[in-house]
Amino acid sequence: MRKVRLTARLDIKGPNLIKGIHLEGLRVLGDPQKFAEKYYNEGIDELIYMDSVASLYGRNNLLDIVARTIDKVFIPLTVGGGVRSVDDVNKLLRAGADKVAVNTAATKRPELISEISRKFGSQCMVLSIEAKRKADGWECYTDNGRETTGLDVVQWAIQGERLGAGEILLTSVDQEGTKKGFDLELVERVSSAVNIPVIASGGMGTLEHLSDVIRKSGADAVAMADVLHYNRFSLNEIREYAINNNINVRSFNEDGSLSHDN
Amino acid sequence: MDRSVTIIDYGIGNISSVRRALELCGATIKLSSDPKVIMDSDSVVLPGVGAFADGMEGLTSRDLIVPIKEFVKSGRPFLGICLGMQLLMDSSEEFGEHEGLGIISGKVSAIPNLDQNENKIRIPHIGWSELTTSGSDGDTWDNSVLEGIPQRSSVYFVHSYRVQPANRNTVLAITSYYNHEITGVIRSGNIYGCQFHPEKSGHVGLKIMNNFVNHNLG
Repeated sequence: MRKVRLTARLDIKGPNLIKGIHLEGLRVLGDPQKFAEKYYNEGIDELIYMDSVASLYGRNNLLDIVARTIDKVFIPLTVGGGVRSVDDVNKLLRAGADKVAVNTAATKRPELISEISRKFGSQCMVLSIEAKRKADGWECYTDNGRETTGLDVVQWAIQGERLGAGEILLTSVDQEGTKKGFDLELVERVSSAVNIPVIASGGMGTLEHLSDVIRKSGADAVAMADVLHYNRFSLNEIREYAINNNINVRSFNEDGSLSHDN
Repeated sequence: MDRSVTIIDYGIGNISSVRRALELCGATIKLSSDPKVIMDSDSVVLPGVGAFADGMEGLTSRDLIVPIKEFVKSGRPFLGICLGMQLLMDSSEEFGEHEGLGIISGKVSAIPNLDQNENKIRIPHIGWSELTTSGSDGDTWDNSVLEGIPQRSSVYFVHSYRVQPANRNTVLAITSYYNHEITGVIRSGNIYGCQFHPEKSGHVGLKIMNNFVNHNLG
């Protein structure tokens, strides 16, 4: 049976890891590399880097940080923020990213999804969706939940899959940074509408939130930020909780590790 | 003494992590499409992400098919990763029928997109899956790239197609995705292929790469 992936999401502004609420009101936490290495050594399954000020500069500024990360960290790395063209993707992949997450540019020009997946494979093309609840359903937002697009989240997810997205990073702007749990209904609706993996993002504050989003909503992966960055739980505690609750996660044995002196 | 490893440069995929992982294992790396460099190295890695036909086109247009076939005959270790593994086979049905290198007999076909109850399953297969022995005669992990790797170790897969070797004894390790068998590692003498990404599989993956670089395989 498939394993649920535990991923750490690092929102990055300039040289710093930051954390906000509803993707805004940012607090600086420090060098993302230190966090990335810590999570890697504790057995995180994947990392997600999001350039939170990319739209301000019109490009992704994480190339150097990515290059530094892959020197020490040997797990998949997704990078998002300000990805507008096949050329942008190429630069990020060359720097060492394995996948790119695309939001704004795809909502403006959906063909970009097909262009990226044709050129680099659908496994590279993560459709990032920032979802906000409305009276009936959810709407897609961009620019950290500030700009509306008019797109319906579930319809957009279906279209994204059809155009060639290989995964969906689904962030609930309403829940993000609140520690009140994932938007279970949102994750469930999107997850059952598509056949590609869905990474649930935004809201994890307790271990029960993890089991809720897996069991009730069928998420394939969870993106954790606050809960890890503020060390509310260690990855060991999270894994142990998952295993005790019959959630299939990667077993991680630090004894099997190689020395990293080199 | 440092082992020299050539990563074959055929315009496909992101090789920075493969390179860095091999360096960490003490290898001296060359990224090359020069037949002479390939023939002079202690071992060769064929990386790759993307479509099968693009991969073959990348090899053909750089005249790399003959040098690769020559190298594998030398008995020195050769490792294909992901698409690099699939290219070793006779053929693939990804976006039409395409001829492969034919170094290991068998074909590449799509992972079925239904489970046993005819429910749709997630494709691509993305994530960590456990390696186990294949139950064939050839599945002893000793003296292979998997030496010292515990059974059920998890490694990182991302693919929509799977390798189905004609000879079951070339299957060194398998995994399972919704009860569909996925060939994880193949071996034929000195030639290895990993469907997963050892360079993205944490400490277990690094150990596999360390075996590849520093063990006397074959």
